Formats: sequence, structure tokens, C-alpha cells
Amino acid sequence: MVFDPTVAVYALIAFMFLGSIIAIEARDLLSTVISVSAVGAALSVIALLVGAPDISITQVVVEVLCLIVLIRVVVTRQDETVDAHPSDAATAMGLAFAAFLVVVCAVGFVGLRPFGQPLLADAKVGAGTMGAQYLEQSFASTGSPNAVMGVLLDFRAYDTLGEATVIFAAVIGTYVLLRKVGRKNA
Amino acid sequence: MKGMTPIVKEVTALVAGFIAIFGAHVVFHGHLSPGGGFPGGVILACGLILLCLAFGREFVTGLVGEKTATVYDCVGALAFLFIGTVLGYYGGVFFSNVLVGGKPDFLLTDGGIILPCNVAIGIKVGACLFGAFLALSLFRPGSKTT
Repeated sequence: MVFDPTVAVYALIAFMFLGSIIAIEARDLLSTVISVSAVGAALSVIALLVGAPDISITQVVVEVLCLIVLIRVVVTRQDETVDAHPSDAATAMGLAFAAFLVVVCAVGFVGLRPFGQPLLADAKVGAGTMGAQYLEQSFASTGSPNAVMGVLLDFRAYDTLGEATVIFAAVIGTYVLLRKVGRKNA
Repeated sequence: MKGMTPIVKEVTALVAGFIAIFGAHVVFHGHLSPGGGFPGGVILACGLILLCLAFGREFVTGLVGEKTATVYDCVGALAFLFIGTVLGYYGGVFFSNVLVGGKPDFLLTDGGIILPCNVAIGIKVGACLFGAFLALSLFRPGSKTT
């Protein structure tokens, strides 16, 4: 009997909603950080359940790193949360934007395939698409048994280069912003 | 910041080597099993951060300082770019997989440029994220010692 992950996935999604709401409403910054991490942990379990171990590993590992860094930042800083209410205009604007987002999502998600039935699982529609070609040829033409790596670093290595550039630029920016002294006299 | 209690230090001393080995395993077996350069690099950075938290910052910055992290960051990025451009030049296409050959047999040597790419990305990401952690904890003006 094949394990059907759908129920577990929906339960985890509900858990993620709960965690997000707690993260927004919590008074304490530390509780917010921990709630966000719980959401990330649930996301990694979902990735594992739907059969994406690569994403799951990356998610867990990055989540742990972010948790450590955020807790370090939060613990050493005082909570400077201002208990101010936004003005009426800002609230109206926010609500209008949220409604707009909901409408766009509702219209856009109609065109998606139903959950649990990816394009490649459909023999008629999926055959001949680029994804199917990747899956067929990745083992033979890249020699990589892990098809994800075959796509990531062979067929789509250019995208990976862009991703590496983004991280590089982000960390260089961190160095520049956080260095101890401006080097005016150096 | 002179580190945590002796219990934490002992456990960290026992575990740190295994974390490093696991990170290297994830990097080197990226084309055989789930993982790859990015998660492996983050695991390596996490191991260094664990040492930082347990033994104090000075213990780790003696081994891998901010300068070293920056150098490894650049070396990894340039190695990845080198594989893409110079080896790609011989293959005719950007990021062409020139090293692949023979039948895939689930060995470490499979996958052509995927293994060197993974190693380069692992070095880059590990050094990069550890450098970001150092920047957040070192460069703070008037930082409180915890």
C-alpha cells in the first residue's frame, strides 16, 4: 500500500498558517523567531513528504542557520517594538492590497494543475515536454544518478551561477554595511 | 564571550569533526544522493558556527578569520566561473559538460563537471555564510559581550 501524504500535507499547511499568525501576533521577538522557524520546519517536512529530499535538506539546513543568526541578533538587542496603531488610511490601503492579492491568486491558481498531480505524472500531456526530456536524458547525458543535480549543474548551470552571484553580492553587501569603522583614514 | 559550559564544550568537541565529515560527504556526493554544494556548504558553515558559539569567537577566528572567509568565498565563486567559462570554451557551450564520458556507474567520478562545481559551490557557500555570521557578530559597534 502506498502511503498517501495528502492528509499529512494539509495538516502541516494548517500548522504553518497557525505558526505564521502566531509569528505576527506575538509580543516577544524571540517567540516570533521561533514561530517562523516552526513554519520552516513544517515546510521541510512537506518537501520530504511530496518526494523532494534535496529541497528538504536545503530547507532544514538553511532554517537552522537562520534560526541561530536571528536568535543571536534578537537576544543581544532590546525589543524595540513600537506599540503604535497604523492610521486609517494605511489600514484601508493594506486591506485593499490584501483583497487585490487574494483576487489575483484566485484567478491565477485556477490554471494550475490540481495538487498531487504534477504535469510529468500525466503520460499524455507530460510526454515531450522539456521536463520529461530532462528526466529521460539526465542520467545518460550527464552521468549523474541524481536527476536534480543533473538539471541544476548541467542543463541549468547558468541559473545556478546566477544564484551563486546573488549570494555573493548579498554577503559583500553585509560586509560593507556592518564593518566596524568606515575606512575614511585608511 | 569565552564560550559556554564544559558540557557544551565536550559535546561540541566530540561532534564537530563528524559535522565536518557529513558536510563534506553531502558536497562530494551531491550527484549521487540528495544534497549538493549548497546544503553541504551550509552544514560546514553551521559546524564552524557551533564551534564559535561553544568555544567563543576568538577560538574560531584564529583558525578561520574574516579575511580567510572572504578569500575562500572569492576562490569558490571564481572556481565555479572558471569551470563554466574555460571548460565551457573547450566544450563549445557555456557550462558544457566536457568531463563526462563512459557509462554512468554510480561512482564519485560520474557526472563530469558536476562534482567540481559542487565542490566550488560548497566552498563558496560555506565561507560566505560563515562570513556573514562573523560580520553580524564581529562588526557590531560597541558590541556587548555575552
